[in-house]
Amino acid sequence: MAERVIKLMQGNEACVEGAIAAGMRFYAGYPITPSTEIAELCAEKLPALGGKFIQMEDEIAGMAATIGGSLAGLKAMTATSGPGFSLKQENIGYAAMTQIPCVVVDVMRAGPSTGLPTSPSQGDVMQAKWGTHGDHPTIALCPASVREAYDLTIRCFNLAEKYRTPVFLMMDEVIGHLRERVEVPNPDEYEVFDRLKPLPNEKNYKAYEVRKGEIVPRMAAFGDGYAFHVTGLVYDEYGFPKTDTDVAEKLIEHLMNKVADNDEDIITYEEYEMEDAEFFIIAYGGVARAAKEAVKECRKRGMKVGLFRPITLWPFPEKRVHELTMNRKKVLVAEMNLGQYVIPVHRVKMPDCKVFQYGKVNGEAITPEEIITKIKEAY
Amino acid sequence: MSQGSQLIQDNFRDNRLPHIWCPGCGHGIITRAIAQAIDNLNLDKDKVCVVSGIGCSSRATGYLNFNTLHTTHGRALAFATGIKLARPELKVIVITGDGDATAIGGNHLIHSARRNIDITTVLFNNKIYGMTGGQSSPATPYHEKGTTSPYGTIDPDFDICKLAIGAGATYVARSTAYHVPQLTKHIQKAIAHKGFSLVEAISGCPTYYGRKNKKGDAVDLMHFYKDYALDVKMAEKVDPEKREGKFLIGEFANEERAEYVDEYMKIVERLRQEGSQDE
Amino acid sequence: MAKVKTKKMVKTIPEWCKACGICVAFCPVKILKLENDKIVVTDQEKCTNCMLCEMRCPDYAIYLEEQE
Repeated sequence: MAERVIKLMQGNEACVEGAIAAGMRFYAGYPITPSTEIAELCAEKLPALGGKFIQMEDEIAGMAATIGGSLAGLKAMTATSGPGFSLKQENIGYAAMTQIPCVVVDVMRAGPSTGLPTSPSQGDVMQAKWGTHGDHPTIALCPASVREAYDLTIRCFNLAEKYRTPVFLMMDEVIGHLRERVEVPNPDEYEVFDRLKPLPNEKNYKAYEVRKGEIVPRMAAFGDGYAFHVTGLVYDEYGFPKTDTDVAEKLIEHLMNKVADNDEDIITYEEYEMEDAEFFIIAYGGVARAAKEAVKECRKRGMKVGLFRPITLWPFPEKRVHELTMNRKKVLVAEMNLGQYVIPVHRVKMPDCKVFQYGKVNGEAITPEEIITKIKEAY
Repeated sequence: MSQGSQLIQDNFRDNRLPHIWCPGCGHGIITRAIAQAIDNLNLDKDKVCVVSGIGCSSRATGYLNFNTLHTTHGRALAFATGIKLARPELKVIVITGDGDATAIGGNHLIHSARRNIDITTVLFNNKIYGMTGGQSSPATPYHEKGTTSPYGTIDPDFDICKLAIGAGATYVARSTAYHVPQLTKHIQKAIAHKGFSLVEAISGCPTYYGRKNKKGDAVDLMHFYKDYALDVKMAEKVDPEKREGKFLIGEFANEERAEYVDEYMKIVERLRQEGSQDE
Repeated sequence: MAKVKTKKMVKTIPEWCKACGICVAFCPVKILKLENDKIVVTDQEKCTNCMLCEMRCPDYAIYLEEQE
């Protein structure tokens, strides 16, 4: 295994490096704290790679241009924070509906509204799932280290290309602005997936037909020689607008099921000291680091505590959370909001497992001590 | 079995006709003029990309047989910018309406013009929101009616061509659904023009604009555009009272300026050369 | 010898015609008529091939075509 490069990297920087490693060659965005380093690094690095960078006039335009870049054949990305994530929602829904792969990085800051622009939060996790109107699939990953920001950005692109849908990297500001020693993986250590294309100069290309044994329609790029149509209206297998009820139902079900039926492939999580844990914490992103410290501390005091860390926030890891609450009586959900990710935990947990919730919205990261205090109260 | 004239068969998805536009609506005429312009330039069809927003105008992409993209309301130019930057060899044409481009899409219109990115925008101006049933738009003439301005709009309307020029567009012209040869010529020049070009095509809307404002049916609207349009070149020669109540058509801007994607590619090239020197 | 300008025929597609009346109003030789809401050519001979009907039809339901 070739010698790995060791670098001191910021989370936002690792996200850009990972994106480039995944083949991202198009970035369109708009400056917003605490994500702007991502735009700045893309502005600096992409031209030298023959890639494309553009700062658009607002986040709505940034999302639109990103979709345009992907439709023209490039792996495309945008990055923002809460306020911009809100502005992008309609076009995110458009990308989901038209099945155009792209990656949206949301470096979460304290909200709502302008909030505390330089302070961390995890207040956008429900927005990632329900932010845009209508039923649509959601894939969202959440890094808890700078190295993971690198790896998960690659994974975001792979999932976007494989399932032809927008994928979110929900990175709270703790990780976004954290600098850490990172062993940068060599190219041969990770897989890079590219969208499935139609056969060269295929006749009668049906832009939205799912072929036998495949998960999503094959995706040509504008300019490849297929005069196909893309619309946000409900569309048929050729991509043309249709109002028939069966066409609408079949399309929306396809959009949802291509993700739901493949949750095994999409969902990943980390379990720490869970084997004999009687009490466990659910935490993600920056908070999971504090939770891990708290688990270590409690273990020293003989308390059987563990941590379940979702790396894939959406789809929600229902099966595993359900299993984990079978023979564990108590679970503490700790997150930098007033209780969002705890909601699906309540929904899937076993009846006699009690759920405790610790939320913090004052702009400071949750500390191990705070979690330990909560554990003691509930243990 | 495909139908229609050779121009229609060569440039339209004729199996999707008849289109949805109302009887006498100018949009069909303008869309055909676009096809005629593309045909005259005999562009490589695989490289033509037409992007539209939302509204009556923006259903045109469904009928044109190119790489076509029907986006969200007001955002066609932003999507088109991404496509053009990602793949510069594409000839990108945006079809948008008066509401789509100058109301919700106004920010993208002025910034696309400011960048002077090589995109041709054909703005179907029917002076009303047609698709949603006749509401007044930023192009509805002052004191004229729409369902949301039943007492006459007090919203002053844009001079769309001046707006585009002020923002930086380098080819700007206005014509109407009556003046088909001139309209076609402007669109053809706009497509051939290197930089941001905008052609405002005034389109008759008999169903809402014509009816709400008692301007008659499709034929009446055509006569109105025939009688009240004045070519900007003629305007100086015509004595003032003859200009009364007339609106200007023709070419308002045609200049060369650095084009956005070219300038970007110059940076890429410079870095490539610097890169090769370091090796 | 200049190419003999063969005279084109006026063709119509009744299914596409929405009886808007524009072609009827602007045909210089007045040979177009609406019959139960569809366009009809009353006298091909008089047509001067000026193309105004094809150019002005919003629905592409009338056009000129070389005779086979």
